[in-house]
Amino acid sequence: MTTINAIEVSHLTKRFAQKTVVDDISFSVKPGEVFGLLGPNGAGKTTTLRMMTTLLKADAGQVKIFGHDTVKEGRLARSMFGLTGQYASVDEDISARENLMIFSRLNGLSRQDAKARTAELLTEFSLENSADKALKNFSGGMRRRLDLAVSLITRPALIFLDEPTTGLDPRTRTQMWTTIRKLVQEGSTIVLTTQYLDEADQLADHLAVIDHGKVVKMGTPAELKQQIGGTKLAFTVNDQTQVAQAFKLLGAQVTSAVQQTGQQLSVSLKQITQLTPILSALTQAKITISQLSVQEPSLDDVFMNLTVGKN
Amino acid sequence: MEVQTHSGNVLMNTATMAYRNLLKTVHNPDQFMDVIVQPVMFMLMFTYLFGGAIAGGVQAYLPTIVPGILIQTMLSASSGSGAQIREDLDSGVFDRFKSLPMAHIAPLAGQLFGDILRLVIATITSLTTGYLIGWRPDVSFGWIIVIGLLAILTGWALSWLFALVGLLAKSAGTVQSFSLITMLALSFMSNAFVPLKSLTKPLRVIANFNPVTYVITAIRQILATGSWTHEALLVLGFDILIVAIFAPLTVWAYDRN
Repeated sequence: MTTINAIEVSHLTKRFAQKTVVDDISFSVKPGEVFGLLGPNGAGKTTTLRMMTTLLKADAGQVKIFGHDTVKEGRLARSMFGLTGQYASVDEDISARENLMIFSRLNGLSRQDAKARTAELLTEFSLENSADKALKNFSGGMRRRLDLAVSLITRPALIFLDEPTTGLDPRTRTQMWTTIRKLVQEGSTIVLTTQYLDEADQLADHLAVIDHGKVVKMGTPAELKQQIGGTKLAFTVNDQTQVAQAFKLLGAQVTSAVQQTGQQLSVSLKQITQLTPILSALTQAKITISQLSVQEPSLDDVFMNLTVGKN
Repeated sequence: MEVQTHSGNVLMNTATMAYRNLLKTVHNPDQFMDVIVQPVMFMLMFTYLFGGAIAGGVQAYLPTIVPGILIQTMLSASSGSGAQIREDLDSGVFDRFKSLPMAHIAPLAGQLFGDILRLVIATITSLTTGYLIGWRPDVSFGWIIVIGLLAILTGWALSWLFALVGLLAKSAGTVQSFSLITMLALSFMSNAFVPLKSLTKPLRVIANFNPVTYVITAIRQILATGSWTHEALLVLGFDILIVAIFAPLTVWAYDRN
């Protein structure tokens, strides 16, 4: 049995004037997963998202949401997802409660249902105390929560989050992550764009790294990290005269190249089990070391490796 | 867990959007300042500064100036719709509207129906100010209502035009300066404040082509004769025609945006 994909993007292309902003992008998102679009500023993440959410017409290619073409069955496709934009797209001039009421009504809820759902969401996102205050007095975190609450009115199976934590302080960011994880637990499929690597690492099941409008790499965060090279071992040789010896010793144990910066040596390990023989070889040669670190590769490394910065 | 929804129809969506606009103005009553302060100020200024020079006296000038200020106020009130739409588009809230499974015309129609309140307030303020400084038209109150409605309809038709400008313009600032220039040009190069025969030939030709002249003439005729005239019918038809042309164009521009 094949389950229908939550999203099917094929050969999506968008040009602005002469510049191709999104260049033949294809990927699919399975139901229930968190899919991350990762890339530097101006890579084409938001443009891709805007095309997926019917806000922008593609020049070529197709997007299907739960099997429904976003162009031919626009209204049906739109009824299946919620969108939280990069900029808080709620009404600044009216209160949180009024925002939720109006968007509930626009989503087709009856007045009574809209009222009930509004109360529910205000509680769920801890906004009851400020429900009737003007949004002008809201903090960035509260606004973002309201924005997310508005996207969840119809409990859509698919939620698009465009840079959900950009500009938030660390505490609010963590709160937002908790909320997103809860949504995943409840069975939502989530597509998020982000330029924060730790965010992608924390939340996403699958990632597409986008740069200059193209998908440069796709996979799970773990797969992407592995491609960059495994665990990184680094240490400092205490006695300067022993550095060359340690370098040779290390080189004999691993297949990858040993890097040297002053008295510090570093090397990539295929497996963590390689660590023990290296350490015992060093002990046997009576080479004392300090500042030993064993680091899993971060998505930062992946990012730096895959994308070409403009600056 | 399932949330019950039904695909809303155009009217319901539009009503909700109009309600949103009303809420916005209720929260920011200063948005009404322009439609209240401007007609009062202009009415007093024109009447007392130019009344003597143009008509030989304040009292004699009132039948000319009251319809003139009324329509000028409609022009500037309706131009506000364009700036408001541009602001909404820039704030990103329209993106959310667009991503909802609702009728595409609803956000625009809601804005424009919500703006009727502004037009009503502007009309009442203009006519009341006129009354307070001594304007006493020689017709029954029913005809005052008729000219008020005709003015509001004209303003509403024009707001579709300004909405289109708002959608096509680059920024709210552009819309505002365009609206101001249009408002000044249309109202001053017409019979709103001066008799046409006092104008030089080229200016008179322009004023005669200016639709604002027709609207003001129609209103003055109704107020003078207490009857529905050919000109009034022409204005009514013209208003309907503007909506018929510009409503679809505005929706097209909105979809394209």
